[in-house]
Amino acid sequence: MRITELFQRGEFVLTAEVGPPKGVELDHLIKDAHEYLKTRVHALNVTDNQSSVMRTGSLATCKVLKDEGLLPIFQITCRDRNRIALQSDVLSAALLGIENLLLLTGDYTTLGDHPQAKPVFDLDSVSLIHAVKRLEEGFDIAGNAVDGAPPKFAKGAVVSPCSDSVDVQLAKMEAKVKAGCEYFQTQGVYEPEKFIKFMEQAKQFGVPVQLGLIIPKNVGMCRYMNANVAGVHVPDEMIAELQADKEKTKAGDTGVEICARLIRECKDYAQGVHIMSLGWENRIPEILDMAGIAPITPAV
Amino acid sequence: MLITQLKSKETIEALAQGKTVIINCHGCKEVYFAEHEADELQKDLTGVTQIVTTDYICNPDNLKLQLKKHMDVINAADTILVFSCGVGIQTVAAQFEDKKVYSCCDTYPLPGFQGVTPLNVDCGQCGECYLNGTGGICPITACSKSLLNGQCGGAKNGMCEVDKDMGCGWERIYRKLEKLNKLDNMKYEAPKVRNYHNPNAEEPTI
Repeated sequence: MRITELFQRGEFVLTAEVGPPKGVELDHLIKDAHEYLKTRVHALNVTDNQSSVMRTGSLATCKVLKDEGLLPIFQITCRDRNRIALQSDVLSAALLGIENLLLLTGDYTTLGDHPQAKPVFDLDSVSLIHAVKRLEEGFDIAGNAVDGAPPKFAKGAVVSPCSDSVDVQLAKMEAKVKAGCEYFQTQGVYEPEKFIKFMEQAKQFGVPVQLGLIIPKNVGMCRYMNANVAGVHVPDEMIAELQADKEKTKAGDTGVEICARLIRECKDYAQGVHIMSLGWENRIPEILDMAGIAPITPAV
Repeated sequence: MLITQLKSKETIEALAQGKTVIINCHGCKEVYFAEHEADELQKDLTGVTQIVTTDYICNPDNLKLQLKKHMDVINAADTILVFSCGVGIQTVAAQFEDKKVYSCCDTYPLPGFQGVTPLNVDCGQCGECYLNGTGGICPITACSKSLLNGQCGGAKNGMCEVDKDMGCGWERIYRKLEKLNKLDNMKYEAPKVRNYHNPNAEEPTI
């Protein structure tokens, strides 16, 4: 099913991110997905060579998850494929019954483990959304007709509410909506007041937005993100909170509490939550429990 | 060698709004510039208060010197139309932050080099000059990913994720358009997609 149907029904849509490994052993990922995520989130984002690090593909992993009775969201970046390959993979997704897409520009190649690779960026997030919409209308981006019944997807994209240039981000968000984007997931939010202010401006677009969360694991990670990760800022008070009880933070409990609190504070302004747990999938049920979000009935 | 091909007469006429100053660059012998055609076209434009034909406008110091005696007319102008390669247009746009500076040429490689002065602006010779919509800052060369539809999520404090010493090109474009009260430029009818099939168009080197 398409997650846009859930938004339309007025559900508070829950998603989590899983990253395929560098290798083809998916047992661990599948086990975690069943154990911690199946009854807690509606859909699972599958990253596309996240952070420009080469791994098993997103589409193949989506298919495996679908066969396991889970609902995958196929993340597609423009970094590694030109417009021919991108559209071809979108059609392949339809062929495999993958109906949810998250369309991204992608990190630059030099950020990952193949810094010598050719960066593609033939399309970008906006023109990729446009290309998918054209396929849904029965045409490719060059205007050629597509045979048979056209595919239909839930077309998603990302936005950074806590960016230091939020006006530039809103302009891009507007372009994405205009191109056909139907839902947004945000970059990790640690500042509820910025998110709420952002949502006041973003609601004019009439497109659902899921609050993005990255579980803060420790002080070092937060400092690293502050220095290097665009659109993410962990305030000093939160870093102090992680510093205060080192044992508790080490056990992961502080990060879990912070995420639950962020959900409670932002819940009324968002249409869902997207959790990027970076390997801490097992903590997601606790976060949702603490935030007062009940288990769900799996959508598929 | 490169070719600066004139944009269509309709395009250029639409750009010449209000009092217009024209700057022609006949500097490089390596550039094939359609001088005669440009002269003919410029005769028919309305609102032109000054035509400056000079050389090497890619050199900011030279540009300043060459325009010195025309500054009164330029200050009073609404629009500056530049007939040069993509580097020249960007140099003029950078010099006149508050003016609408428009490109009247598309630049193609043949192959060869462009504006001879070493600078931190560059022309990708894409053959479909975007500078008129982007405040005279080139999205092909000022953005590491050569994005055409706005900022990616990778800018931090206005700097690029690829090179922390490089400003985010789209942040610069947005701020420039904001200053010119031209943010609507970013509201495209359909997203822009680059045409790599342009004759001899080559990818920019980063």
